Amino acid sequence: MGSRASSLLREEEIEEIKKETGFSHSQITRLYSRFTSLDKGENGTLSREDFQRIPELAINPLGDRIINAFFPEGEDQVNFRGFMRTLAHFRPVEDNEKNKNAAVSEPLNSRTNKLLFAFRLYDLDRDDKISREELLQVLRMMVGVNISDEQLGSIADRTIQEADTNGDNSISFNEFMKVLEKVDVEQKMSIRFLH
Amino acid sequence: IVIHGIGYIIMYCPIVFQWATVRLERGAKENNHPLYKPYSNAIIAKEPTSLEEEIKEIRRSGSNKDLDSASEFEMSDIFYFARRGVESIMDDEVTKRFSAEELESWNLLTRSNYNFQYISLRLTVLWGLGLLIRYGLLLPLRYMIKNLLSEKVHLMCYRICVRALTAIITYHDSENKPKNGGICVANHTSPIDVIILASDGCYAMVGQIHGGLMGVIQRSMVKACPHVWFERSEVKDRHLVAKRLSDHVDDKTKLPILIFPEGTCINNTSVMMFKKGSFEIGTTVYPVAIKYDPRFGDAFWNSSKFGMVNYLLRMMSSWAIVCSVWYLPPMSREEGEDAVHFANRVKAAIARQGGLVDLLWDGGLKRDKVKDTFKEEQQKLYSKMLVGTQEDRSRS
Repeated sequence: MGSRASSLLREEEIEEIKKETGFSHSQITRLYSRFTSLDKGENGTLSREDFQRIPELAINPLGDRIINAFFPEGEDQVNFRGFMRTLAHFRPVEDNEKNKNAAVSEPLNSRTNKLLFAFRLYDLDRDDKISREELLQVLRMMVGVNISDEQLGSIADRTIQEADTNGDNSISFNEFMKVLEKVDVEQKMSIRFLH
Repeated sequence: IVIHGIGYIIMYCPIVFQWATVRLERGAKENNHPLYKPYSNAIIAKEPTSLEEEIKEIRRSGSNKDLDSASEFEMSDIFYFARRGVESIMDDEVTKRFSAEELESWNLLTRSNYNFQYISLRLTVLWGLGLLIRYGLLLPLRYMIKNLLSEKVHLMCYRICVRALTAIITYHDSENKPKNGGICVANHTSPIDVIILASDGCYAMVGQIHGGLMGVIQRSMVKACPHVWFERSEVKDRHLVAKRLSDHVDDKTKLPILIFPEGTCINNTSVMMFKKGSFEIGTTVYPVAIKYDPRFGDAFWNSSKFGMVNYLLRMMSSWAIVCSVWYLPPMSREEGEDAVHFANRVKAAIARQGGLVDLLWDGGLKRDKVKDTFKEEQQKLYSKMLVGTQEDRSRS
């Protein structure tokens, strides 16, 4: 515990993260404490193994996909900034935020960005398209061994058929958004903080 | 007499700590600085809804269709798993148990406080005084006492160690103390557990032969009481371990074996071995619950972060160790009960008595296996949602 003092969060950093993610001061310090408790190597970054050590995440059928969302392309470590940036997607949308100046770049927890997070869970190769193969793989993760290949295949086909509007047999982000336009994304992809 | 004096000091400590906290908080408010309170409760609100309920709700909000003829799979289903996953990243029940319990009241030990600030002069003086007393008085006192005990009798040895650490231990229900030929099982927080239990009764220890400081201590212990030590290679052989243990308990003249079936150990694999093994031996188990009062000193030893010597130094320079020991009524494996189930029953009893949270995932009792079954359960539940509707379709 004594060594943690060396990696205490500086005020400037907290302010920067606040601006970027919209989390409050106390939320940031609490999540920092969480970050350091996950960081077994104590090097200021988290690896995939650090995430996998969380039992509740390990039993999530899409655990690996969610962990992957924290790591940018080709990287194996995520620092606290990156950690917060990804978590920010799940911040609830406050009413007063909707009116904030549109000139500022879209907040990380906007409806579109929440949908983008979900889209990326499906898009395994990060080519901005969900192919039939990718959809099958993700479906397989969610259902385990309980559904046959044929059944799963027909589910995937039906889904693509309903979503695909430009006939390229895959789902683009816009098509994805269209399919989910009526879903209450703001509520379903948000985590409520107690403080 | 010295002991009594120290005892009095310890009694008044909590009052001092509370006062210090109040001053710190007031000072923080004056400076308009949000004082970070180490976690007292959860960070986020977790919805207690089930997989089925939630996914149905997501689907309902997304379509105008009647739920009976809802399609089998929706792309929005993934929201459920995503949110649950990120919730567990932010805050999960298990990982937070393994970090030392953070204290609400600042107890003058800098180590426990992240937001240590010199708020007022008085506070600083008090802190300095406390530091002086801790290092100047108590620490050398303990070293003096320790040097004297090299030749003492086994029990006396431990009792003095206990005093050296200025431990105040309350033993409850001593009538249930472990008898010969049984196995004593206790929850494990720190190596001090051993000292605490051993000062109240003679036990045979089970453990791995260590090199270094621990090895020296072990060898000296063996001279006083017959213990069961294992070579590192022998530890891998579960049957050998079980056989040696049962041989020992069968001999009614031998002392009860002291085992800590969970918790950290220098070599984690050895803990895994003993776990199921100790419950498979058909003998009476005497559960013991040990609970430390965290206000006085953090006895928890995160062995993955700190070495033994570092830990001992920290312990010696803390104010005191205050804990309670409960001797629970003996338990035996019931007819048809398997070792794992028995182990869980004992664990539950210990947890209940000590007021500790009984977690399904502790130390690692078949951790990986449990994970897979849970994951498969979720997958099964979800599959039922998809396939179930399909069967209805083929019928109509």
